[in-house]
Amino acid sequence: MPWIDACATEDIDAEDLIRWDHGGQTFAIYHSPEGEFFATAGLCTHEQVHLCDGLVMGHLIECPKHNGQFDYRTGEAKRAPVCVNLRTFPVRVEGGRVLVEVA
Amino acid sequence: MAKRNYSPFGPDAKRAVESGLTAAEWYHSEVPRKVMKELMARSDGPAIRDTVILYGSMILLAGIGIALWPSWWSAPFWLAYGVLYGSASDSRWHECGHGTAFRTPWMNTLVYEIASFMIMRNSATWRWSHARHHSETYIVGRDPEIAVMRPPELAKLFLNFFGILDVIRFFPTLIRNALSGPTAAEKTFVPQSEWGKVQRVAIIHLSIYAATLGLALWLGSILPLMVIGLPRMYGAWHHVMTGLLQHGGLADNVVDHRLNSRTVYMNPISRFIYWNMNYHVEHHMFPMVPYHALPRLHEVIKDDLPPPNRSIAEAFAEMWPAIRRQVVNEDYFIKRDLPPTARPYREDFHQYVPGMMRPAAAE
Ligand code: FES
Repeated sequence: MPWIDACATEDIDAEDLIRWDHGGQTFAIYHSPEGEFFATAGLCTHEQVHLCDGLVMGHLIECPKHNGQFDYRTGEAKRAPVCVNLRTFPVRVEGGRVLVEVA
Repeated sequence: MAKRNYSPFGPDAKRAVESGLTAAEWYHSEVPRKVMKELMARSDGPAIRDTVILYGSMILLAGIGIALWPSWWSAPFWLAYGVLYGSASDSRWHECGHGTAFRTPWMNTLVYEIASFMIMRNSATWRWSHARHHSETYIVGRDPEIAVMRPPELAKLFLNFFGILDVIRFFPTLIRNALSGPTAAEKTFVPQSEWGKVQRVAIIHLSIYAATLGLALWLGSILPLMVIGLPRMYGAWHHVMTGLLQHGGLADNVVDHRLNSRTVYMNPISRFIYWNMNYHVEHHMFPMVPYHALPRLHEVIKDDLPPPNRSIAEAFAEMWPAIRRQVVNEDYFIKRDLPPTARPYREDFHQYVPGMMRPAAAE
């Protein structure tokens, strides 16, 4: 699987996320309060709304449409109305860049 | 246009899906991400304060009502208690259902469950109906929470100021839910994984009503029902009044909340009961923003919205004639002017709405 350079670490504030589009897919990349980076599919599993306008609280991302929540580290659906887990992608940081292993 | 059909299985629901209306992207005002993050930030403080005031007042008012019972001197205390039980529970149900009132999840859940019981809604069913209300606000056949269906039936609106129709509809559904889970219509928006929960909640609610009724019969007094159950009727008027203003007389089948929702400036007591949902355009555009931050959000985006009504009375003066006109012309709606600073309505989104393309027809 290829590792793709997605953004610089400083592009994402701590406890926040950005949208990243690549190869016809859309992703969400997160910067946790502890300074780690994570990536998930960009669209909520409830109604295909982009998570980039949502709110990161600790390790949760809350969807901007109906306030469903996922743990962005594991993709686990944590709060209704989301029931289906979010896909996650491996991330590594190299020289101030965030790399995502896209499938 | 043909008569509207509000059934989730009807032709309007089908047309909304086929035309792409249900998948369309809704309009929202531009708010810089940094500002929006501040507005969305959660805290427990304001909701704990308001909840202590709410439940504290309810205990006090019901206590005085019971102490003075059966004298008529107890009446004002029951009326005040009733509004907190039968109306404030609507806004608590709403905000805690969104999960935005408190920062701490269990606090949202606890107040949501209590409020759902008081407002006579199955907490497991209504979470999903409200999600649909947000995705497809006032799209005919798709939104299960349309308060004023067209053509409006005025008698029904009046009856609901006393919760009469809601209560008449609630109990048969409660019994059916308790016996066999969600109804066929409910199954269109409640995912299968939640059907068991719908039944469990219904059994709990039904048991509490049965116990209250049993106590009333045993005591030979309606006093227990004055505390549990009846206030959903004698205190419903405030949430019906504010609820009608949310969308009444405005457009349906559009994808811009500036066209189908109404923001109204209200007095502080109504805002406490209603938990700031008078900022209704703002709430629909950004449901992540907690109730206590809505006045700030309003300041940020108000130049992009139609001017708010300045009081409940002024909003009724705008809405009521429109509802009466809809009795004979169900396509009529109020299309409010935007200030020059606002981004215009996207007419191309709304070609299928009679009157949208010809402002004169919609006044
Ligand atoms: S679209 Fe994300 S919670 Fe509904």
